[in-house]
Amino acid sequence: MSKRITNAIALGMLWIAALITVAVLGTVIGYVVINGIGELSPRFIFTWPEGVAAEGGVWPTIVSTLYVTALAMVIITPIAILAAVYLAEYAVQGRLVGTIRFAADSLASVPSIVMGLFGLALFVEAAGIGFSMLSAALALSFLMLPIVMRTTEEAIRAVPKYIRWGSYGLGATKWQTVSRIVLPAAMPRIITGIILSTGRAVGETAVVIYTMGQAINLPVSPLDSGRPMTVHLYLLAMEGINLPAAYGTALLLMILILGFNLGARFFLRRNRKV
Amino acid sequence: MALRATPVPDNAPNKITVKELDFFYGDFHALTDITVDIKEKAVTAFIGPSGCGKSTFLRCFNRMNDLIPGARAEGLVSLDGQDIFETGVDPVDLRRRIGMIFQQPNPFPMSIYDNVAFGPRLQGVSKKAELDEIVQHSLERANLWKEVKDILGRGGLTLSGGQQQRLCIARVLAVEPEVMLMDEPCSAIDPTSVQKIEDLMAELKDRITIIIVTHNMQQAARVSDFTAFFLQEVAGDPAILVEYDRTSNLFTSPKDRRTEDYITGRFG
Ligand SMILES: Nc1ncnc2c1ncn2[C@@H]1O[C@H](COP(=O)(O)OP(=O)(O)O)[C@@H](O)[C@H]1O
Ligand SMILES: [Mg+2]
Repeated sequence: MSKRITNAIALGMLWIAALITVAVLGTVIGYVVINGIGELSPRFIFTWPEGVAAEGGVWPTIVSTLYVTALAMVIITPIAILAAVYLAEYAVQGRLVGTIRFAADSLASVPSIVMGLFGLALFVEAAGIGFSMLSAALALSFLMLPIVMRTTEEAIRAVPKYIRWGSYGLGATKWQTVSRIVLPAAMPRIITGIILSTGRAVGETAVVIYTMGQAINLPVSPLDSGRPMTVHLYLLAMEGINLPAAYGTALLLMILILGFNLGARFFLRRNRKV
Repeated sequence: MALRATPVPDNAPNKITVKELDFFYGDFHALTDITVDIKEKAVTAFIGPSGCGKSTFLRCFNRMNDLIPGARAEGLVSLDGQDIFETGVDPVDLRRRIGMIFQQPNPFPMSIYDNVAFGPRLQGVSKKAELDEIVQHSLERANLWKEVKDILGRGGLTLSGGQQQRLCIARVLAVEPEVMLMDEPCSAIDPTSVQKIEDLMAELKDRITIIIVTHNMQQAARVSDFTAFFLQEVAGDPAILVEYDRTSNLFTSPKDRRTEDYITGRFG
């Protein structure tokens, strides 16, 4: 009898916890959707902000966000893969590798505003790149590199041993095995990790506010400055310039991030079947 | 049980010679004092209870144990008279000459064609016509061609377990090895494929030397010319080679009491 009651209570608490989680998520999403949906229109997406109250659209900020995200990915992907291959396949597993991993994990938990400040000092000022897509992408890569590196390393380690043996057994060298068997086999999971971290880059505010600038601008070269969606949203809301447009931007951001997450899931699922 | 009709002659040359081999995993002494001659162009079976070091011994021949940290061999293993542990020997070259089939079929996550072409491509074969021919020929020798000739572009992992194992055999044959090591190749697959693998072994041994580890004594008796029986008598002690003889002798009149106990215990 008492066992049953304990059981019922435990189950009830689990239910409540789950319900709270869903409710919180639902409230946030619902709030943004209700307030932002009225703003969404092709005009809002594809035109420039106008006048002091930033009427009109948010097009240059979307481009800035996607630009910096893409640039960060181009910088991160090769470095993360090479570093992960080294850690997973070549480095003698021991204290040094443990230290590198610990450093990477610590780097991943540095508050992003600190990384923004660092980007400002190093790239914008010391290196003289100025407020630009490149400065922002470099600072973002510092933030994301450890995450992508760890997911890549895990993807590489997840490739079964006996597949590697098959390759070695045919007289493949270590590099041939890594490049022709292990990396292609790990690629779906590596790409999924990269796409997921892309969502993180799209939503990042503190890093880019210090490195990209705030001027509304349609970036063409990596040295152009711009204003990403997150910063646009921040300015519109904090200074009470245009709250409806702020919600519209927030909704667009959420859709973008959701799109990246769904894309990653779709990609992984499709490649599992092969 | 049909024993082999044309026995390998007594004066057949030795392909592999093992003298006083000891093997260690770190502090664990896995094998001791193994001495055996493996005849060329014959099938040799390794039998014995699980955990007695058959796989370990097999992996010495192509130095796959080099991949295991802390693993170490002492003694002599020679291939065609050449000591394979000598510093001048590149394990990568050795593995081209000595192919290996594993218990778990392990096709690469790529097409059937690419699986078979993998080895030749490593060696620099890149002409389409040449690769096509190697792929077809290898699949034919592995008794798989008829089943896959129209689906060569399909993923190797979409095949059944038994087909996957034959694909792995084709993949090894594509590099024209002199020796093929098979570690319980039939323990995880369907009976039809087992039959096909036993058939292909009989065909292949005209040209290559085969060593097969098997749990199935009927299989050892059916496919092999020579049999080696391994045993770890006391847990924690290294395993030894108890008896090595022509398969027909070993199964009908074992010289060692322990061999007899093992084969009768399992045959009943
Ligand atoms: N990689 C390894 N590291 C340490 N010990 C191992 C390793 N592989 C096998 N062994 C040990 O060596 C002994 C022989 O194993 P194995 O060669 O796999 O036997 P078998 O193939 O006859 O079943 C076992 O006691 C096993 O636990
Ligand atoms: Mg074994």
